[in-house]
Amino acid sequence: MYKMIDSISHIRLLDELAQKESTIHKIHPLAKVLTTLVYLLTIASFGRYEIGGLLPHIIYPILIFAFGELPVAPILKRVLIVEPVIIGIGILNPLFDRYMVAFGGIAISRGWVTFLSIFTKCGLTIIASLLLVATTEIDKLAFALRMLRIPKIFVLQLLLTYRYISVLLEEVYKMQRAYFLRAPGHKGIHRHVWGSFAGHLVLRTFERAQRVYQSMSLRGFNGEYNTGTIPNIAIRDVVYMAGWSLFFILARIFNIPNLLGSMFIGVINR
Amino acid sequence: MHMADALISPVVGGTMLIAAAGVAAYSIKKTQFDLDEKKIPLMGVMGAFVFAAQMINFSIPGTGSSGHLGGGMLLAILLGPYAGFLTLASILLIQALFFGDGGLLAFGCNVFNLGFYTCFIAYPFIYKWFTRKGINSKRIFGASMASAIIGLQMGAFSVVLETLLSGKTELPFGTFVLMMQPIHLAIGAVEGLVTSAVVSFVWKARPEIIEKTAAGKAFGNISMKKVLSGLLIAVVLVGGVLSWFASSNPDGLEWSMFKTAGKAELDTPGGIHETLSDIQDRTTLLPDYDFKANEESDSEIKATEESEWPSVNPGTSVSGIVGGTLTLALAALMGLIASMIKKWKRKATA
Repeated sequence: MYKMIDSISHIRLLDELAQKESTIHKIHPLAKVLTTLVYLLTIASFGRYEIGGLLPHIIYPILIFAFGELPVAPILKRVLIVEPVIIGIGILNPLFDRYMVAFGGIAISRGWVTFLSIFTKCGLTIIASLLLVATTEIDKLAFALRMLRIPKIFVLQLLLTYRYISVLLEEVYKMQRAYFLRAPGHKGIHRHVWGSFAGHLVLRTFERAQRVYQSMSLRGFNGEYNTGTIPNIAIRDVVYMAGWSLFFILARIFNIPNLLGSMFIGVINR
Repeated sequence: MHMADALISPVVGGTMLIAAAGVAAYSIKKTQFDLDEKKIPLMGVMGAFVFAAQMINFSIPGTGSSGHLGGGMLLAILLGPYAGFLTLASILLIQALFFGDGGLLAFGCNVFNLGFYTCFIAYPFIYKWFTRKGINSKRIFGASMASAIIGLQMGAFSVVLETLLSGKTELPFGTFVLMMQPIHLAIGAVEGLVTSAVVSFVWKARPEIIEKTAAGKAFGNISMKKVLSGLLIAVVLVGGVLSWFASSNPDGLEWSMFKTAGKAELDTPGGIHETLSDIQDRTTLLPDYDFKANEESDSEIKATEESEWPSVNPGTSVSGIVGGTLTLALAALMGLIASMIKKWKRKATA
């Protein structure tokens, strides 16, 4: 039950955040989608043992949070909800790779290094996706997908699914609440009513789809989806995308923390 | 069963993304023949239905715990394989973007693992086979159970392969398979039970919904061989090209190839036995294991992996730690400055 309320409020929160008008929100959606993809690709391309090299990539979410005027806590909370899944798989690494390595005078098993690497990557990649949707409205995102030549049917269907998720979540929530009020102490839906509980929802969904179609037809729907006006790509958008991409790629090629560290130590020793 | 971006390499993610895009493009082409614009809202709202239905707790008799619906099979049965596949793909995209379940790079993997096997293998070859002589409650039960279990088993195995080929975890093939398959057998059984209950109910209440989809011959006169061989060629080609590009920077791919190839004989019964006893060794003799492993395979590990492990000498690791701290401090400072600029600007405009 809690999960459902949480999902509904999470979607609403992202919806509201996406409607802000900050510097980041004003960037062309395509530029933001492509930047996110380069970010994810460079992170995924880091090796298993990399932690230090990943750190400069943290600058991206920090700046997007700041310039996008986004609240940090609710987005980080979402990351914390998902991380345990990754921890579940990653935590086995220290069990399987017990080869010891020295790191700054401390000996740790290499499995912990890979675990930490996965943990960091997981956090950064999830934040990147969430920041994309927190700074881009779904309609604009759909527009960007269309620009990337994703077929109309898929994009339209994606938008409809997104639109109706909160409607159906609320419906399921009401049904479950009604059920549990009549069956106190039950942990879940009893198997005798599995079929009718979810089945009724299927039937209602089919009927709802029919009504949705009818009302769409009355408003002149002919299979085309109109996204409204989205300005063309400006120089600002190109600079945004190219600047970030260049930074991600440079941070991937050069180990910036190592360079900084040796510079720092070099200066001190002198 | 969602794969995450943190667990895959760009080569595996890219290859699977292209494979999934190929299947999606084919599905779109197929749906266009029998898809009136009426079906688009249906697909959309059904996607939302599955998303919401995944959150229903079904109590599992005799266990005291509750299970959930995945919905891949249900979508294939209610909407047909093509529309079902596309609907599932859109659900997965929303989950990846808005909820961090799975990821954008892993999107292809997830669509394939959860959508392809259910809609394009389990549905046409298992579900349709069970219901070939017409539909009744018993056949719906058998068909749903078998197709849900087999679909999930294939998906789970696919997760294992993708994870190992990406080389981000240390899990040995045998152990991972032994972990994933039995868990997904249980999950598949719940999925099958719920799916069959729902399909039976819908069939009794509105038989035309099920019969209409069942009558729309899932594969008509399209040869499945063509689809599969096309897909295989695409995967090999794309994977080959991508890994060629990546080879200048082998992020564990070579290692994983070695590891999976080295463990290939695990498929034989002896291999599984070996793995099992290996696990037992590890759990019972954990303190000894460290030394044993180091003595036995130290040289081997060094020989195969030394080049991969960044050269570790105290000097570089100290500068790494100092530099890492500096980077984080710098990042925090940049964030602070950025938010100060923002505040200052807001004040200026107010």
